[in-house]
Amino acid sequence: MIRHAGAIHAGVMMGICFVVGGGWMDGIANRVAAASPQETIAGAARKVVKIHGAGGVRGLEAYQTGLLVSPAGHVVTVMSTVLDADELSCVLDDGRRYRATMVGVDPRRELAVLSIEAEELPAFTLAAGDPVPVGTRIFALSNLFGVAVGDERVSAQHGVVSALVPLEARRGSYEVPYRGDVYILDCTTNNPGSPGGAVIDWRGRLVGMLGKELRASGSGIWLNYAIPTAALNEGYAEIISGTASPAAPAGTTASPGFDPATLGLVLVPDLLDRTPPFIENVAADSAAARAGLRPDDLVIAVGGRSVASRAALQRALTALAAGDAVRLSVVRSGTIVECDLGPRPAAGRKR
Amino acid sequence: MLACWLGGVVLLCIAVTPARSEDAAAGSGEVPSAVLHAQQQRIDVIQRASAAAVAIFAGEAGGGSGVLISPDGYALTNFHVVQPAGIAMKCGLADGRLYDAVLVGLDPTGDVALVKLLGRDDFPFAALADSDEVEVGDFCFAAGNPFLLATDFQPSISAGIVSGTRRYQFPAGTILEYADCLQVDAAINPGNSGGGLFDAQGRVIGVNGRASFEKRGRVNVGVGYAISANQLRNFLGLLKGGRLVDHATLGATVATSADGRVVVSDILESSDAWKRGLRYDDEVVSLAGRSVRTVNAFKNVLGTLPAGWRVPLVYRRGGRREEILVRLAGVHTAADLANIVEGKPQQSAGKGPTPPETPPAVLPDAVQPLYEARRGFTNHHFNTVERDRVAGALAAGGGQAAWGGRWILSGRLATGEPFRIELSDKEGVIDLPTGTTRVDATGELDVNPSPPGSGGMLAALLLWQRLLREGPKPLGRTSYWGTVPLDPRSFGEADAPRLVDMLESSVAGVEARFTMGAGGAVSGIELWTAPDADPCEVRFTFPGPNRPQDLPRGMPSVIEVRHGNDLFGEFRVETVGFEMADGEAAGGEATPNGANALPGGGT
Repeated sequence: MIRHAGAIHAGVMMGICFVVGGGWMDGIANRVAAASPQETIAGAARKVVKIHGAGGVRGLEAYQTGLLVSPAGHVVTVMSTVLDADELSCVLDDGRRYRATMVGVDPRRELAVLSIEAEELPAFTLAAGDPVPVGTRIFALSNLFGVAVGDERVSAQHGVVSALVPLEARRGSYEVPYRGDVYILDCTTNNPGSPGGAVIDWRGRLVGMLGKELRASGSGIWLNYAIPTAALNEGYAEIISGTASPAAPAGTTASPGFDPATLGLVLVPDLLDRTPPFIENVAADSAAARAGLRPDDLVIAVGGRSVASRAALQRALTALAAGDAVRLSVVRSGTIVECDLGPRPAAGRKR
Repeated sequence: MLACWLGGVVLLCIAVTPARSEDAAAGSGEVPSAVLHAQQQRIDVIQRASAAAVAIFAGEAGGGSGVLISPDGYALTNFHVVQPAGIAMKCGLADGRLYDAVLVGLDPTGDVALVKLLGRDDFPFAALADSDEVEVGDFCFAAGNPFLLATDFQPSISAGIVSGTRRYQFPAGTILEYADCLQVDAAINPGNSGGGLFDAQGRVIGVNGRASFEKRGRVNVGVGYAISANQLRNFLGLLKGGRLVDHATLGATVATSADGRVVVSDILESSDAWKRGLRYDDEVVSLAGRSVRTVNAFKNVLGTLPAGWRVPLVYRRGGRREEILVRLAGVHTAADLANIVEGKPQQSAGKGPTPPETPPAVLPDAVQPLYEARRGFTNHHFNTVERDRVAGALAAGGGQAAWGGRWILSGRLATGEPFRIELSDKEGVIDLPTGTTRVDATGELDVNPSPPGSGGMLAALLLWQRLLREGPKPLGRTSYWGTVPLDPRSFGEADAPRLVDMLESSVAGVEARFTMGAGGAVSGIELWTAPDADPCEVRFTFPGPNRPQDLPRGMPSVIEVRHGNDLFGEFRVETVGFEMADGEAAGGEATPNGANALPGGGT
C-alpha cells in the first residue's frame, strides 16, 4: 500500500523519533523545532475555525472545522451538508464569531471555500509541492464532537502519516468522487466535526486537511485520512478563479444507464430472484472479447468483490466510476480466471 | 527534506551531550545516548506510575481502575466504577498482590470515589499535580485496566497528548458532570475509568473517566476525558470525611446576552447570591477568581466546587463593579443523592427514603470494623477518623485547657473606642460603646444572638472557648466537614486557595463551623442561630513573631466579625487576662501557665 520510496527511510526515522519524542516532547522540541509542540499547536490553532451550519438531526452534525488560508478571511473546508444552510458562521480561536458566505465549491475534490469579513487574520499557506514522507509526525487540530465552543480551542491529536494512497472509500453505497492520493493517519482523527481540520507537522506547516468520515471500500473500516495540501491548493485556486467544474463527475451518483453490453457482454436473461450471472455471448472486438471472456463463463466477482447474482453484477458495474478498472473473475471449467477489461467507459456509450 | 529532518535529530541530540564519544557513532546506526537516556527516563516514570495504579474488581459487575495518592492507601477512582461494588472491593496492584479495600467517600455528581486499600502503610503512590498548569500538547499517559485485561494486575499504559483543557461535558441527568476536564488522545477505553492520567513527571493530572463514543462502538476514538487534579483536590477533604458529597449551585443561571456578555438569566430569591445582592441581568465577570466569558466557563468553574464553599463573585451592573462572597448551595437534596447511590430514581426534595442502616452484604473481616452506615454519609467511620485527627491537632496545639476561669479580652475597635469581652463557662459579656450585652452560656444559644446586629458573636466566642479548652466532646454532635479555603477571597492568586480542615457542631440550638489554621489554632467560626438566617462570621488574625507582651501565644490580635453584608466590628485585642473561678486573678495580664507551649497561630 505504501507507494513511495521514502517508506524505508521513514521507518528508520519513526524508530528514532519514537524513542526521542514519544515521551519527552519538550526535549525533542528544543532540539528539532524552534517552537515547543505546545507553542506549535497553539499557533496553528489560531488558523483553525469552528464552522456552524445546517444539521443537528439524527446522524448529521451541524458543525465542522475549517482552515483560514488568507489574511482576508478565506476559509477552506470540506463540502458537506453542514454548508447547506442559509446562515453559516465561523468562530475563530479567540471566540470572535463571523457570518460566512460561500465563495464556491470544487465537487471533484469535495472542497468548499467560505469567506468571512475580517482582516489581518493568521492563515495557513497553501502551496503546490511534494507530499510529506510517510512517517512524518503530525498533529491534527479539529473541532471533533463539537467539544470546543466559543473561545475554546479546537482539539489536538498526535500521530504519524502511515501511508499515501489513492482514496478508495464510500459513503453509504456511493463511491466518493475524490480520485487523488490521501494521507492515511495512524490516529483516530476522522470523527464527527473533524472534517476541515488541520493536519500540521511539528513545525506547524500545513500537511493536509481532514476529510469526511468514510469507510474504506475494500474493508469497510472507518478511515483516518487527510487531503494533501497540494490538492487543497489546486482546489482552492480553481474555486477562487471560478474554473472548478460545477457538476459532480461521473461516479458520484449511481448511473443506471450503464449496461454490461457496453463492455460487449451479453448475460443470461434475468428471470429469477438470483439468476446466476452466466455470460451468454460476447460481442466480437469488444473489451470483453479482448479480455478473453467466453460464453458460459460464470462471473463471480467484480474488482475482487463477489457478485452472487445477475442483479448484483449489474449493481457492481454501475458503482464503478468512468475510468475505473473493470476486473472480472469468472469460473470456467472449474477454475477461476481473472479478466481485465480495461477502464470502464462513460455511461451509455457502446464500444 | 527527510534527510535533513533525520540529520537534525541526530546532530542536535549530539549537541546536548557533546562529551560522549559514542554519540559520534549515531550516524552509523547506534542510538545516541541522549535518546537512550530519555527512553530510560520514560521507562522509570511509567514504572513508578504503574506501581500506583490500581485494578479494581467489582465481582460480576465488572470493575475498572484507580490510582493511589497516599502511602496509607487512599486511592481515587470513579463513582461509576465502585457503584456496583458496594462498600468492600478487591484491588490488585502491580506488585501482583490483591488487597482488600473499603469505600470511603462518594461524589456522584463529579463521578469521583475515594477508596482505601488496607494492609499497608507504605503503598506506592503518585502525587497530585497542579492541573491548571497543564497545556494542550503536553505529553500524558494513562495507566489502567482497559477491558479488565489486568488479570495479573499489571496496568496497561496508553500514551498521548493533552488535546484540550477546560472542557465541559454535559452531565447524564444531574450526575456524572465533567466540568473543567482534560481531553486527551491517549487511548481511554472501557475499564480505564477511574485510573490516573499522568504527566511526563509521573504526577497525576487527572482521573480518566469518560470518552466520546460514536458510530465506531464503545472503543477509543482518540477522545478521552479526565477529571482534573485540581477539582479532585477541592473535594478530597470531603471525601476523606466519609461523606456523600454534593456539587455546588449558585442558585442562579446565566446566559449569553445578544452582545456576548454572560448575564444572570434566572435567580432564586432564597439563594445566598440574591441575599448578597446579585440580580437579574447582572453581568457575571468572574467566579472563584476565574474570568467568565462564556456560559461554559461559568459551568466549568462551578462544576469544580463543592456545595457549602464560599467563593468570590464579581459582577457588573450599569458600569459599576461589585465583588461579593457567595455561599454555594447543593445541587441535590441529601435524599436524592442517597437514591442515586442506591441506583433508585430521584424523588422530590426531602421525600426520599433513608439509606439502609446496615451494610447490604457480609463484609470481609478486614473491612467490617472500617464501615459505619449513617444517613448523608458514604462511610461514617472515616468521618470519626478525621474528626479525631483534627481534635488531636487542636489538643496538640494545646495548653488552652490550662486557661481556666474567665477570659478577659480587651482592646479597641477600628474607631478607636474601647471594648471588653468576658468569656466563661457561665456567661459571655461584651462591653461596647453602644452598651453591654450578656449571654447565658449554660442555656440555649439561639435565643439571644447578641450583641444585636452581630448574628451571635458572643455565642460563637463561647463555643470557641469551649472547643479550645475541652475539645469537640462538649460541643454536642461534632463531625468533620471537610476542607474549605482558609481565605475565600484569595481565589485566583497563585497556589490559592489554601485548604484547611473544618469541624461542624450542632449544640445548644445553634450550628457552628470551626475552620482550622496553622498549628492547631482555630482560624474562624461561622454560627447559625436559625437555618435560613445569615451566620455570624468570626475571623481571627494572629500576631506575627513580634507579638505584644500582653497577648499570650494562641490568642488573636484581631477578631473580625461580619454578619450578612455588613462588617459588625473589627476588635483589636490589646490585652488578655485570666480570672480563676474563685475570683483570684491568675496572673492578670501576664502569660498564663503553660502558654509558652501554645502554637504561634498566624494566618
